[in-house]
Amino acid sequence: MVSRREFIQAGLAGSALLAGSGLGSIGRLAAQQRLSEAELLRFEPLGNVTLIHVTDLHAQLVPVYFREPSINLGVGEAKGLVPHITGKDFLAHYNIPAGSPMAYALTSEDFAALARNYGRMGGFDRIARVIKGIRAERGDRCLLLDGGDTWTNSWTSLQTKAADVVEAMNLLKPDAMTGHWEFTLGAERVKEITDSLPFPFLAQNVRESEFEDRVFEPQKMFERGGVKVAVIGQAYPYTGIANPRWMFPKWTFSLKDDDVQKEVDAARAAGAQLVVLLSHNGFDIDRKMAGRVKGIDVILTAHTHDALPEAVQVGTTLLVATGSHGKFVSRLDLDVDRSGVKGFRYRLIPIFSDAITPDAEMAALVKKVRAPFEADLGRVLGKTDGLLYRRGNFQGSLDDVFTDAMLQVRDAEIALSPGVRWGGSLLPGQDITFEDVTNACALTYPNCYRTSMKGSQIKAILEDIGDNIFNPDPYAQGGGDMVRLGGLTFTVDPYQTSGRRISDLRLARNGQALDAGRDYTVAGWASINQATEGPPIWDVVGTYLQQKKVITPRPLDAVKVVGAG
Amino acid sequence: MAQRAAQTRRETLIAGMASFAAAAIAPSLALADAAAVEAEIKKLYGDRKAEAGRIKLDVPQIAENGLVVPINVEVESPMTAADHVKSVHVFADGNPLPGIVSYKFTPESGRAAASARMRLAQTQNIICIAEMADGKLFTAKSEVKVTIGGCGG
Repeated sequence: MVSRREFIQAGLAGSALLAGSGLGSIGRLAAQQRLSEAELLRFEPLGNVTLIHVTDLHAQLVPVYFREPSINLGVGEAKGLVPHITGKDFLAHYNIPAGSPMAYALTSEDFAALARNYGRMGGFDRIARVIKGIRAERGDRCLLLDGGDTWTNSWTSLQTKAADVVEAMNLLKPDAMTGHWEFTLGAERVKEITDSLPFPFLAQNVRESEFEDRVFEPQKMFERGGVKVAVIGQAYPYTGIANPRWMFPKWTFSLKDDDVQKEVDAARAAGAQLVVLLSHNGFDIDRKMAGRVKGIDVILTAHTHDALPEAVQVGTTLLVATGSHGKFVSRLDLDVDRSGVKGFRYRLIPIFSDAITPDAEMAALVKKVRAPFEADLGRVLGKTDGLLYRRGNFQGSLDDVFTDAMLQVRDAEIALSPGVRWGGSLLPGQDITFEDVTNACALTYPNCYRTSMKGSQIKAILEDIGDNIFNPDPYAQGGGDMVRLGGLTFTVDPYQTSGRRISDLRLARNGQALDAGRDYTVAGWASINQATEGPPIWDVVGTYLQQKKVITPRPLDAVKVVGAG
Repeated sequence: MAQRAAQTRRETLIAGMASFAAAAIAPSLALADAAAVEAEIKKLYGDRKAEAGRIKLDVPQIAENGLVVPINVEVESPMTAADHVKSVHVFADGNPLPGIVSYKFTPESGRAAASARMRLAQTQNIICIAEMADGKLFTAKSEVKVTIGGCGG
């Protein structure tokens, strides 16, 4: 097994050059010169199997800025453990120099300044280059696995019903995938695509609700480097709760250790020497599952968008967390013999778009699929003075834009915006384009409703969503971050029990306490209810930006977090 | 199986999240609690003590749809004349009525296993009690969360 120290040396060789050069003061050109592609891809190969993992790309065909969270609280058994360490603590935990490329890629520290030096990350053409490079080196030992949340949440994917991303992914030639947001394309479209894919869509935990027939293949056996590798698919188990179930009314999703165990046992019985769970459970669920299901060698995690520079070991199971938005590709080399895994070497490869050469074939395809929409995508709606971002347990500056837009354009007292973990970041001084807006809201149920709710209902909703995020049992968590609010301030104690986390709800405009019995006008988007009415959220935000012209982010003080657990 | 048609908390909340919500009506029926379930069990078995084990109670940790929550129960037993499961009762401590379903078994049943769908008005515990041929009682409990959902991702 590779030691932590060895890993750090291998993984951060590129960044070591930059240590001590100060917080983002080196200038962009110097940074790019020092970030060489060869260093980024350097990897001393090991063993006979190479797993390549991409996940949560959210249809981001071209490079983006994406600020990692500054607040990502862990509760219960996950408290204080990765991935619930952020900022300087994260850098200290992994011994990453402040101001280095990996500090920029993995944390929120000094993000805007470092982003200017190190540039955007991701892009399918850069990802293609990296994957082709690994394949050229490792040949038939490679297995490329896609953890899902691949097909949705860009304007072009929404307009083409994911045809653009599917075509681009097919060019990458994955060996298997699983899913979550994919299902928001509706059952019919999902089946249409999965039936046409040149690789299997694996999901052992999706069944027809009536007779519990399988909807997708549960697992597939591959032979790589002379090793029999079983890949079991685990779709997001709470898709039917987190997303509109009416879009796939006959499918039921589950989270059952016993079912996963049966698949593992079947794989072993069929001769698998390496068992991989291609999971969209989310990191905390996967960590718990690794301790309860016996015989999984590797869990490729997804959903919670965590990027970890080392594999996490639970017993004999390795957990890999590849991040989101195409910022990273994971490479896990494994030495496997008859009796199992003898050793591994892992690297979270950062996709610095300025340092990695675009793959020409993929670049041409991306250009082709975007061409019909370029005019829309590039339309400038406004400009921002400060950093705009969403990711984090509570409201980000980009969320303020969304909730302010709803309050103003929909003339509401209170606005609700979902705490999805996707959506890129914008740097101070950047134009805000239609593409930037839709990258943060392109989904298939975008209507911005306007309704009336009692104060007590609003409190109940916040408590319910709070329990989905902060329930101490990861199996009882529903995923995502806390709902974002406009027009209201509140205090939250994540370590309290259900129904007791939210307090001191006040109207932002006058500091008055929310009245449980009064009706308030509420606007929101991404309702999971069928036939929700209202303009699409991108029109609401677009109108607001065109009126406002320049966004100046204000202090994020609407949510007060208390409690120490 | 189906409980009375009260508007559940889940429905209330869903209505609240939706754009087209009419003013939601608060649940008007009193809901059962842990004491009500205990009283039901006492009616059946008096003060006899139940121990943990033998029962595999399979319910989702978060219900996909509170209106139809799948439940699978299986009790470990050789199911012989001398040693078999006689009955299994299932209760819920947060519905208008605590009783969910009762099953009777005989050695001819072969296995003491059953499946059903239940409606749950809110997050609550499902309590299962099994009586064996020798009069021994076993129990199991599992919480099912009923949530408004949405916002995930």
